[in-house]
Order: sequence, then structure tokens, then C-alpha cells
Amino acid sequence: MFVQQLVNGLMLGGAYALVAIGYTLIFGVLNLLHLAHGDVFMVGAYVGLALALAGFPPWATLGGAMLAAAALGVVVERVAFRPVRSRGSHVTPLMTTIAVGLVLQHVVVKIFGAEPVAFPAPFAAASLALGPVTLSTLQLLILGTSVALMALLELFLRSTPTGMAIRATAENPTIAGLMGINVSLAIVITFAIASALAGAAGVLLAWNFTGLSPFFGVKVGLKGLAIMLLGGLGNVTGAMVGGLVVGVVEALSVGYLDSSYRDAFAFAVMILILLVRPTGLLGARLQSG
Amino acid sequence: MLSDHAVSILIFAGIDVIMALSFFLPASAGQLSAGQGGFMALGAYTSAYLSVHHQTPFPLALAAGGLVGGLVGLAVGFPALRLRGLYLVLVTFGFGEMVRVFFLNAPAFGGPAGFAGIPPATTIWYVLGLLVVLVYFFTRVSGSRMGRAFAALRDDEAAAEAMGVNSTYVKLAAFAAGGVMAGLGGALYAHYTLYIDPEAFGVGRSLFVMLYAVFGGLASFWGAVAGATILSILPELLRWVKDWREILYGLLVLIMMLVRPQGLLDAALLARLSARGERAAARG
Repeated sequence: MFVQQLVNGLMLGGAYALVAIGYTLIFGVLNLLHLAHGDVFMVGAYVGLALALAGFPPWATLGGAMLAAAALGVVVERVAFRPVRSRGSHVTPLMTTIAVGLVLQHVVVKIFGAEPVAFPAPFAAASLALGPVTLSTLQLLILGTSVALMALLELFLRSTPTGMAIRATAENPTIAGLMGINVSLAIVITFAIASALAGAAGVLLAWNFTGLSPFFGVKVGLKGLAIMLLGGLGNVTGAMVGGLVVGVVEALSVGYLDSSYRDAFAFAVMILILLVRPTGLLGARLQSG
Repeated sequence: MLSDHAVSILIFAGIDVIMALSFFLPASAGQLSAGQGGFMALGAYTSAYLSVHHQTPFPLALAAGGLVGGLVGLAVGFPALRLRGLYLVLVTFGFGEMVRVFFLNAPAFGGPAGFAGIPPATTIWYVLGLLVVLVYFFTRVSGSRMGRAFAALRDDEAAAEAMGVNSTYVKLAAFAAGGVMAGLGGALYAHYTLYIDPEAFGVGRSLFVMLYAVFGGLASFWGAVAGATILSILPELLRWVKDWREILYGLLVLIMMLVRPQGLLDAALLARLSARGERAAARG
């Protein structure tokens, strides 16, 4: 039972981590919160749904959702962040992104309806018994995809020139600009990557929960925010670890307590850790926002 | 006189103004709270419980809602002392979410099915009366020692402390007072809708409360009043677009925030308005 919940938690946590990494990348380069990120995630899942219903194979569903979400992320940056980056306080982008989120939710309601819809399974899942633990091939696919995406991201940030430009922008945008880095481009690329990861997480979680609704992004988005805080703002590795921690805690709470408490656990863990370590699990510097 | 429909719009708008003010007060001391929906829930459930199970007279139940909101505000204020800016926004988000989950799992309060059978008690006069009191309170506070301490903390915490502002005390006071206002708003809401459920006070509510105040502008409490009034009446004005309403609403808010990132009533506009007011007063 314990090991089983641990495995379920890791799978859930991997997908949460993808959402949280998006938040943390964007926070890293802009020092601003993107409150429509959960809705970008949701739109990604719906694009995946449309592709799956049109008969595309699972890899195309996932890839299409990632591309669509990346494009949407770039649009959100253009309309909700760039115009208020230099003027207004750090509260203004909270408001513009709430407005964008509202628009995205209701555009999806207009197209797909407000009711939750079923998401077709990518394939007939077989289950593998490993001693006391049962793993479904679907779970393996979800976990494998999120781990692979995280590894690719880590590689990209560490060893490509673009990744380095993003890290330099996160460190200090002014100096990065002086060093010849195109800061605006780095920000756009960051949004594209963060949103693509959210789109992937959307499809993975829709596979896991076998359904989605236009308001599905709000809850997962909040969880992603909590995980970002947990790991330390702007810290990609922290978001990965935080995602797994929250996924496991949540799965254990579902296994041992009432499942209606599950949504509170991410926040309970977050608040507890913040009280002990206000900069997050792996955070080093205190951001004053 | 006004139709029932118009009165109901006014009552909801009034409650939204009270909520926006409850966000504005801590925000004027630099403490952004994204958990005002949580305080509202506490006020709503406390007063509803007292009315239904103890037949408490409405003014007392209302006061109890405010009191609980204030006490919890104080309790939330303590951990919040260690956090700033967006960290605080996120932790208060978490607080609001935990309140929602608490009521979702509390059978005494109806759980997910909600709490029904609340006696009708909120009238437009209660709402307007509370608004008048709050407006008087804010006009008095803004020039007072406390109001100046709020502004000093918002602008530069280190400098404020160096000037002798007790930041712990001021922040806790701001949080507690914001909690009282939100609690009162919740109690009024519960005794008007007569049915409450945890989802009514979730993240969406907290975000909208924040949106009202920021849309109006954080330079003065009049911003919160204007923002909440406009944004809660706007959906009524957009009825003609039918099911495009939310999309249009979102677009209008977005455009407005892009045109005036500091909100509707920013410092420059307020200065112009008050100069005009003074000239008028001098002529009169």
C-alpha cells in the first residue's frame, strides 16, 4: 500500500513539476507571477483532446499540445507582460494575467462547453505487477515523459547558448543586456518553453485523470504555484523536487485520509516549509518581490 | 423605488466594495493578501451558524463574523510577518485554499453540500450603513499616525522602521482590520444569498477581490470603492452580449489594465480631483 501510493505520487508529482517549472522559469526571468499559466496548461490539454478525438496517435497529441501551448505562451507574454513590464508595479501583471485566464477559460467553454469531458485513453493500458506494486503502462508513460522532459530542459539550460542566455537573464536582465544578450528574445523563448511544458503536463494529467474541464487549470495552476514556492522562486531543480514531494504527499493523503483533503496538502506542506525556510527548500536568496 | 433586481445588484456591489476595502487596508501597508475569500468564508459561516443553530440576532451574528475574521487575520498576520511581496501573496493564497478545504470537510457546516436555510436579514441599509462607516474610517485613518505608518511601510520598510514605526504591530493591525472587514462582508453575503457553499469563497473570489482594488487603483481607498463598483456592475451592462459576456469582461479588464497599469484612480488623477474639489470649496 505504502509503496504503491509512493509510485502513484511520483507519477502525479512529475506532471505537477512540469507545471511548476514553467512558473519558476517565468518568475526567474521576469520576477513576476503568471496567473494564467494554469489556463495555458488547460488549453494545452484541450488541444490534446481535439487531436486525440481526430484520431492522432499519443505522441502527436502530446507534441501538438506542446506546440499550441508554446504559441499561446508567446501570445500571453506579448499581450499581458510586455506592455506592463517597465511601467506599473508587480501587481499589474497579476491582474492582466487573471484577465487573460478568464478569457481563455471562457473561450474554451464556448468551444467545448462548460461540463467536464472524458479524455480518451492513449492506448489500452496493461498493468505490470512488481511484487506488491501494480504499475500500469500508462503510469510508466506519464512518469517517463515527465522525467525525459525535465532532463531535456536541464540539458538545454546548462549547455546550450540559448539556455545560458536564459540563465543570464534570470540572474540580472540589465547586465545580460549589456553583455549582448537579446533579453526580450530570451524572455519570449522562456515563455515558449514554460508553456510547452505546461501543455505536456496538461495532456499527461488528462490521461491520468481521464477527463478535463475548462476550470481544471485553476486548481493545478495553484498547485504549481505552491510547488514553485516550495522549491524556491526561480529554482528549476527546486521545482522538480517540490513537485515530487507534493505529488507523494498528496497520494499518501488520498491513500490514508479522506481524498477531499488532497488539495489542501500542497498548501499545508508549502506553508509549513515556508515558516521554517522562507526561501523555499532549495532557495538561497530572499526575493522581496 | 428601485426594483428588487436593482436592489440585489446594489447589495452585491456593496459587498464587493467592502471586500475590496478589506484587501486595500493591508495593501496600503504593503501587505498583499490573496486570501480575502478565506476571511469572507469565515465570517459567512460563523454568522450563518449562529443564526441557524443559536437563533442569534443578526447584528450580533454579523459582529461575530467580523470578530472571527479579525482574529484569524491576526493569526495569519504572524507568519506573514516573515514574508514579503509575492511570497506573501502566495502564502495567503494557500490560506484561502485551506479555509475552503476546511469547510468542504466540516459536516457541521454542511460540507460540499453547502449551508442552507440562513434567515434573510441583510438589507440594503445594512450594506450602505457599513459602507458609510468604512468610508468614514478610511478618511480618518489616511491622515492619522496609523495611516502614515501604513504608507511608510508600503514605500520602504527599512526606512519606516528607522523612523520608529513598529512594523510588527502595524502589519498585524492591518491584517486583523482587513480580516474584520472581510468577515463582515461574508456575514452580509450569507444573510442575503441564504445559502453558502465553500466554492463561493475560493481562489476565484480572492482573485476578484484583489482585481477590484487594483483595477480601481491602490493610491487611495476610493480606488477600491470605484473599482469594485464598476467591475461588479459591468456584467449587468454586458447582458446584451449574452454568452460572450465573460470573454468581453476579461478583455475589457485586460485593456483597462494595459492602458492604466496603476489603476483607474492613480495618484495624478486623485491630485487633480482633489485640487478641483478644493477650488470648488474655496469658491463656495
